[in-house]
Amino acid sequence: MTDLTSLTLAEARKGLADKTFTSLELTDAHLSAIEAARVLNAFVMETPEQARDMAKAVDEKIAKGDAGPLAGIPLGIKDLFATKGVRTTACSKILGNFVPTYESTITSQLWRDGAVMLGKLNNDEFAMGSANETSCFGPVGNPWRREGSNTTLVPGGSSGGSASAVAALLCMGATATDTGGSIRQPAAFTATVGIKPTYGRCSRWGIVAFASSLDQAGPIARSVRDAAMLLRSMAGHDPKDTTSVDIAVPDYEAAIGKSVKGMKIGIPKEYRLDGMPAEIEKLWSEGAAWLKAAGAELVEVSLPHTKYALPAYYIVAPAEASSNLARYDGVRYGLREQAKNITELYENTRAEGFGAEVRRRVMIGTYVLSAGYYDAYYLRAQKVRTLIKKDFEDCFAKGVDAILTPATPSAAFGIGEKGGADPVEMYLNDIFTVTVNMAGLPGIAVPAGKDAQGLPLGLQLIGRPFEEETLFSLGEVIEQAAGRFTPARWW
Amino acid sequence: MSVDAATVRRIAHLARIAVSEGEVPHLQGELNAMLDFVEQLSEVNVEGVEPMTSVTLMQMKKRQDVVNDGEIADDIVANAPATEGHFFLVPKVVE
Repeated sequence: MTDLTSLTLAEARKGLADKTFTSLELTDAHLSAIEAARVLNAFVMETPEQARDMAKAVDEKIAKGDAGPLAGIPLGIKDLFATKGVRTTACSKILGNFVPTYESTITSQLWRDGAVMLGKLNNDEFAMGSANETSCFGPVGNPWRREGSNTTLVPGGSSGGSASAVAALLCMGATATDTGGSIRQPAAFTATVGIKPTYGRCSRWGIVAFASSLDQAGPIARSVRDAAMLLRSMAGHDPKDTTSVDIAVPDYEAAIGKSVKGMKIGIPKEYRLDGMPAEIEKLWSEGAAWLKAAGAELVEVSLPHTKYALPAYYIVAPAEASSNLARYDGVRYGLREQAKNITELYENTRAEGFGAEVRRRVMIGTYVLSAGYYDAYYLRAQKVRTLIKKDFEDCFAKGVDAILTPATPSAAFGIGEKGGADPVEMYLNDIFTVTVNMAGLPGIAVPAGKDAQGLPLGLQLIGRPFEEETLFSLGEVIEQAAGRFTPARWW
Repeated sequence: MSVDAATVRRIAHLARIAVSEGEVPHLQGELNAMLDFVEQLSEVNVEGVEPMTSVTLMQMKKRQDVVNDGEIADDIVANAPATEGHFFLVPKVVE
């Protein structure tokens, strides 16, 4: 039965509908795979009993012919999503044994549509990181290794558990979130497909907040079609999130296989970095050639403020984080350190509960918002953000349908290899993805090839606001041309 | 711009994060590395540019002024580290 885990979501849907297997069988196959892959540390909480109960319930519904679009599909949930009755920690000690009394909007929509929860997935603490190394549960292993090497590599971050679990066939898809690249970068590092939809497309309600003007949830899956199926269930208007947009959710799957003939694809010259590895450059040209062969037109475009996106992000995101994370005070939930007075209680709890990266970002955020520095840092960064968004608007105004870029500046690296001495070294991972969050646009990462060491590399497509369908159509062209990539099992 | 040790201590206090004396030099180095990195923003001409307040062009939605939630005090205190009835407990604040 183990080969049930290698099905795509679309294939599993067919097998369930044809009664070739039941959701319980599909779920059990994944639960066994999870058990056998604990060395990857992708799951921080396994919920086998709940999974089996959900699978049995959905099997009954399937038998009655009353099945939702994701009926019986086992998924992993990033530990940033509140799940009722199931511990939710954002992989931070400060949330301790927090057990939500409510369900996030996105996960409740997935259960509404018949999906089955296998457990909670590891991530960087409060989604702050690009390698899944800041989690209080320890790092996640990438199922991919360099050819001929036993070194465990990072799966990227912050949705490292999601990407690793999907690539290792532990779940058929996973929820993820993306504030500066946290869906697309791990997807690229693991040869999975990840889409960050337009800001406002998915509800943020019930997701642990990092930087609210940038945070957006999306799926990680093993094919473009699978990602489209998942996004359809995750997206939609939610009155509980004031930034959620009231626009009908299209049938994203219908965009798969649609002709891309005549589409105008922008190639931004500012993404051609000095010292960019030749294989990334080559991958990028290949991707462009595939789209051209499918009938798209390539045009060089300019996004002049690209290089300022990452520094502006490292002002805006920590500023919002310092404000959002003020709620962790040791009083209402989570960890509490004893103290003589209330101020010490806050200070000791937060010193003990937050990891080093979170402390650093909260402090930088506090500094850039503090009296005397607000204008020089925060206000200036928000103005730069306006310019970054305008770059994209100018580009789209010239008739460009989507923009093609590399997803990451390198392939996956070893655990502990980056950012030890200088945090900025790690931040540079998000150089191609962060612009998209700053402008609130949709972006998809699709596996497109391998580097010389046999590690996967991805391409990113950036779309106009709320035109995720274009990204699915174009993404599938790349997928068809590049083929699918599966890691050799070593765990 | 860069921060000195006194500023690191001040920021830590503003952020309500206890920092030991031994951690200050290390934190100072890391914060300054971040500040060095963002320094390049000073070369951007932002004259006449409006700061971004909302990334999507939409009107702030307004809710009906009605009670649609509440009566869940048990849920609210369910995860609190110290409570008495429906109250959160903290060290004495008022003498």
